[in-house]
Amino acid sequence: MNSKVADRIATTIFYLIAATIVTVLVGLLGYIIFHGFSKLNLDFLTSPSSSFRAGGGIGNQLFNSFYILFLTMVFTVPLGLGGGIYMAEYARPGRLTNAIRTCIEVLASLPSIVIGMFGLLMFVNLTGWGYSILGGALALTVFNLPVMVRVCEDALRTVARDQKEASLALGITHWHTIKTVLLPAAFPSILTGAILASGRVFGEAAALLFTAGLTTPTLDFYNWNPFDSTSPLNIFRPAETLAVHIWAVNTQGLIPDVREVADGSSAVLIISVLIFNLLARWIGSVVHKKITASK
Amino acid sequence: MDNKTMTMAASQRLLKKSNKSALQKEKRGKYLVLASALLIISATIAITIFLGSKGLQAFISNGVSIYEFLTSTKWNPTAENPLYGAVPFILGSFAVTILSALIAAPLGIGGAIFMTEIAPSWGKKILQPVIELLVGIPSVVYGFIGLSVLVPFLRDTVGGQGFSLLAGMIVLSIMILPTVTSIATDAMSSLPKGLRESSYAIGATRWQTIWRVLIPAAMPTLLTAIVLGMARAFGEALAVQMVIGNVRSLPSAITDPSATLTTIITLNMGHTTFGSVENNVLWSLALILLVMSFIFILLIRYLSSRRQF
Repeated sequence: MNSKVADRIATTIFYLIAATIVTVLVGLLGYIIFHGFSKLNLDFLTSPSSSFRAGGGIGNQLFNSFYILFLTMVFTVPLGLGGGIYMAEYARPGRLTNAIRTCIEVLASLPSIVIGMFGLLMFVNLTGWGYSILGGALALTVFNLPVMVRVCEDALRTVARDQKEASLALGITHWHTIKTVLLPAAFPSILTGAILASGRVFGEAAALLFTAGLTTPTLDFYNWNPFDSTSPLNIFRPAETLAVHIWAVNTQGLIPDVREVADGSSAVLIISVLIFNLLARWIGSVVHKKITASK
Repeated sequence: MDNKTMTMAASQRLLKKSNKSALQKEKRGKYLVLASALLIISATIAITIFLGSKGLQAFISNGVSIYEFLTSTKWNPTAENPLYGAVPFILGSFAVTILSALIAAPLGIGGAIFMTEIAPSWGKKILQPVIELLVGIPSVVYGFIGLSVLVPFLRDTVGGQGFSLLAGMIVLSIMILPTVTSIATDAMSSLPKGLRESSYAIGATRWQTIWRVLIPAAMPTLLTAIVLGMARAFGEALAVQMVIGNVRSLPSAITDPSATLTTIITLNMGHTTFGSVENNVLWSLALILLVMSFIFILLIRYLSSRRQF
């Protein structure tokens, strides 16, 4: 075959591949948003779900998702920041650093169901909490920690060397330099990374099945005492998140309007993830403009 | 604190040997971040030990035979004579992983080449965000679309129930496509420019350059991309569980329903009693998942040690 003909055929194939990938995404998003959008109304988003009858909403699930996400980030951000600072600033080449790197790699590649099972062993059975929001949030912390450490480490490493050296040359201690020079400069990328990681946590289900459970008790949204069992803020109650809800209604659900509920929930999940993505880019660039001199 | 520093005399502000509080803070800070780094190690060790000991319990204290577990194809833990053959799930996991990699690898690497070689200017602007959005779609949503679109479609066109190895393979290949594409793109764009230019200079066409020069040069990293995708496919639970059909027997064709390690765990973990034999064998299945993810990491380490560029 003529090599020019072969070249043209190959080019066409590459175009087709690219078109396929774009079509897949457009098809997926289009399908979810087209089917789900009509189901989205305030009532669906705020009313509690029903286990047998049609017409249930996703109010509790939505609240649970955001609450677990919030708790997870409360645990992950400081730990990830600490790990990232250590890896970027203090770690010297050697066995300990290698070991930490290997562990980050292992944790990052563990299947989320395995992390969920570890959570079941550790935060459900060993602690005696049963299925709880706290257990779910801790399992998701294990799931999210390696991502957060990498984000923080990369963000700190990309800060210009001059800035750090200038600070050290003034006689400022290393720790103070990190706190006052490096962290502010790395803040926009850390924030962007944290929001992107939030999107991942928000959609995670496998790690929550056996840690936060598949049920939500009746919640009284006027009761904000975190120690009361009907309070939404109680961290020791079981909590089904939105992503888990989609799985549960499809595989074990008894409600007749499975499709409607799943369509609507998937649309909410996808739209939330899209918002997280856009927010990450937008906030990142806004904060970057605010705290640096660059235009 | 700023005000205080300013009102201090110059001699006090200078960093001297006696500046104890700054040095103490330095130490405290260092130990604080070291502690968070060590927490990562302890979490990894805890996961390995906990899952390892729990996974071996079925063999050690319940007397399940390891040989039967790894070689028998009969799984029925609730029967009068319980059978614990995990082969259908192990094979199912490997089958969907390899099959989905067979689809995702050419598509992903093709997409990467499109972005870096064919249309570097506008192709990247379109495909990059597409890939990032695909990563962001939660796995249950993939499973739900698979369940509500793909399964009925397969039922009508290919026949059978629709719930099949084929459905699992298609859903997984879309899920791992972004992983493969983004790493393959990094691999292609990190190749030195000289490679392309010298190939074009001796009169090779673009396809010849890609096929004979660039792909072989980037091979170790391209393989890393595929292995990482396979690792993700192997551990994926819910999306596969929703479309694969979940039977306990070996599939005889690609259109037959099947099961994987993750799907059987997902289905049965919730309603078996903690500590029972039935439950313990599920932990043994999880141990296989853990061991496999270690093997994937070793494979990736080996591949990255062979990187040339």
